[in-house]
Amino acid sequence: MSMILLIEQLLNGIQSGLMLFLMAAGLTLVFGVMGLINLAHGSLYMVGAFACAGVAAATGSFWLGLAASIAAAAAAGAIVEVAVIRRLYARDHLDQVLATFALILIFSEGTRWLYGSFPLYLNVPAALSGSVTLPGGIQYSLFRLAIIGAGLAVAVGLFLLIGKTRIGVQVRAGEADREMIAGLGVDIGRLYTLVFALGAALAGLAGALVGTIQSVQVGMGEPVLILAFVVIVIGGIGSIKGALIGALLVGLTDTMGRVLLPPLFSLFMETSAATSIGAALASMAIYILMALVLVVRPGGLFGARA
Amino acid sequence: MSAAEIPAPRARRAAPSRETLVNAGLGLALLVFGLGAWLLDEPFLITLATKVAILAIAGAGLNLVLGYGGLVSFGHAAYFGIGGYTSGILAHHALNYTPMFEWPFLFEGSTSMPLIWLFAMVLGGLAALAIGALSLRTTGVYFIMITLAFGQMIFYFAISWPAYGGEDGLPIYVRNGFPGLNTLDPIQFFALAVAVLFAVLGLISMLAHSRFGLALQAARQNRQRLMAVGIRPGGVLLVAFVISGAITALAGALYADLNRFVSPSMLSWHLSGELLVFLILGGTGRLFAPLAGAGLYITLEHVLGGVSDYWQFYFGLLLLGVVLFARGGVIGFLTGGRHG
Repeated sequence: MSMILLIEQLLNGIQSGLMLFLMAAGLTLVFGVMGLINLAHGSLYMVGAFACAGVAAATGSFWLGLAASIAAAAAAGAIVEVAVIRRLYARDHLDQVLATFALILIFSEGTRWLYGSFPLYLNVPAALSGSVTLPGGIQYSLFRLAIIGAGLAVAVGLFLLIGKTRIGVQVRAGEADREMIAGLGVDIGRLYTLVFALGAALAGLAGALVGTIQSVQVGMGEPVLILAFVVIVIGGIGSIKGALIGALLVGLTDTMGRVLLPPLFSLFMETSAATSIGAALASMAIYILMALVLVVRPGGLFGARA
Repeated sequence: MSAAEIPAPRARRAAPSRETLVNAGLGLALLVFGLGAWLLDEPFLITLATKVAILAIAGAGLNLVLGYGGLVSFGHAAYFGIGGYTSGILAHHALNYTPMFEWPFLFEGSTSMPLIWLFAMVLGGLAALAIGALSLRTTGVYFIMITLAFGQMIFYFAISWPAYGGEDGLPIYVRNGFPGLNTLDPIQFFALAVAVLFAVLGLISMLAHSRFGLALQAARQNRQRLMAVGIRPGGVLLVAFVISGAITALAGALYADLNRFVSPSMLSWHLSGELLVFLILGGTGRLFAPLAGAGLYITLEHVLGGVSDYWQFYFGLLLLGVVLFARGGVIGFLTGGRHG
C-alpha cells in the first residue's frame, strides 16, 4: 500500500467526518437544548440535497443550489418544529421516536412522489472541479478539499456562535435550565424554533455537499442519521466539541478500516477470505469503537451525564 | 412497601375486565379471519393472517422490554434477522448437503422447525445478552441510539458477509418441516404460527404476573425504589432483554419460513421502527397490543397499498396523528381507558 493512497484516504476520512459533524451538531444541539431525539434529521439532510439538485438543474448554478439547500432545509425545519416537534418536548422519548419516524415516512414517500426513485446527480461547479497537487505530489479532488474547508469553517463558526454571541448564551442557558431563562424573559418558543432551524440548515448543507460527491436520492439521509447517532454516543450528548471529535473519529475509523483491514488480514490468510472478513469487520468497526467507548465512558467522551 | 405501590395486575380481578374481552375478541378475529380465508379458498389471505401472527410474535418480544420494562429498544430487527438467518442458514446447509461443520461432530444443518427454533432462540438470546449488557449501561435517549446502532452493525455485517448471499439474501427452497404437519399447506402453517403466538402471549402474561414481572414493571416505574427493596434493576432488565431477543428471533425464524427467503432487509432499522409502531398502534404495555397493532398495520398496508403506491405517506400522517392525539392505541380506544 502506497503512502499516497493512505494520505488520500486519510483526507477522505476527515472529509466524511466533517460532514458527519454538520449532521451531528444539529442533532446534539436539539437534544441538548430541547431534550428531543429527532429521527427526521436525516430527512432534512435529504431536503437540502434535493433542493440543491432542483435549483442547480433549473438555474444552472451550483452556488444558487447550495444557498437553496440551506434555505429549504432551514424552512422545512422551522415548519416541522412549529407544526409537530413543538408538541413533543414534554412527551417521553418513545413518542418522540415514533412521531419523528412518522415524519421520515412522510418526507421520504413525499419526495419519492415528487421526484421518483431514481437518483439525481449534481455536477461539481467548474471552479472546483478537477484536482490539485498537494505537497508531496498527492493528487486530490479540489471539491473534496473545498468540503473539508467548508466543514472546518462551519465548525469554527458554530463554536463562535455558541461560545461568543448572545444567542449562544441563550442556547447554553437553555441546556442548563429552560424554565429559568424563560423566567428571565427569553422567548423560549422562538429560541427552540431557531435552534431547530439552525440544525436543519447544517443538515441541509451537508446533504447538498455529500449529494454532489455521491448521488441525491430518497432515503439518503437515514444511514447518515444513524452514523450521526453513533457520533453523538461517542462524543457525549449535548456537546458540540464531543460531536466534532466523535465525527472525526467515526469518519476516520470507517474510511481507514475499509482501506486497511482487508490487506491486514491478507497478511495471515488467503486473499479472498481476507477480503471478505476484512470488509465485514470494516463495516462493523465504528460500532465496535462505540461499544469500546461505552465500556470505558458510558456518558460519551465529553458527556455531562449518562 | 414497594409491592403495594405497584398496581395489581388486572387479570386477577374477579370479573373479566373489558381489556380481557377485547383481547379475546382480537385473538378470535385472527382465527376467524384465517379459517374464513381457508373456507373461501383464499390462500393469499391465509398468508396475510399468518404474517400478522408472526409479526405479532416479534412485537410481543419487544413488548416485554418496552411495555413492561420501559426500555425503548430501536434495534429489535437484529434479533428478528438473526432468527431468520438461523432458519435460512440451517436449511441452506441441509438442502445443499454441505455440512455446516465436521468437527467436533458432523452437523449437516436442519430442516426441522423445532430444532431451528431452538437454535434461533439461543442465538437471539445470546445476541441480546451481548447488546443488552452494553446498552443497559445507559438509559433514555442513549439507549435508543445505541440499540439502533448495534442493530445497524448486524445489518451491515449481513450485507458485507458474502457466504450466505450478502446483499441478495438467501432463499429457502422448501419450507422447513414440523413433525406431524404439512407446513407447505397454508392453513397448517397458519395454525402453527397462531399456536406459537398464543403460547408466547401466555408466557408473557405469566411472566408479567410473576415476581419477575412485577420487578420488571417496577424497574420501569421507579428504579430507585426497586433498588431500595433489594433488587438490582440492571439484572432484571437484562434478563427481560434476553427473553425478548429470543422471542423476536423465534418470530424471525417463522418469518423466514413464511417467505421462504431471508435477506438483510429483515435486519433493517425500518423493521425495528415498524415493531415499535405495532406497539404504539395497539397500545403500549398491553398484552395483546402487538396483535392489534400488527393486524392494523398489515390491513392498512393492504388497503392503502391498493389505493396508492405511496401508501407510507398516508400511513406516516396517520401514525403522527395517533402519537400526537390518540395515545393508548387501538386497545386503549376499545377499552375506553388509558393504561397506567
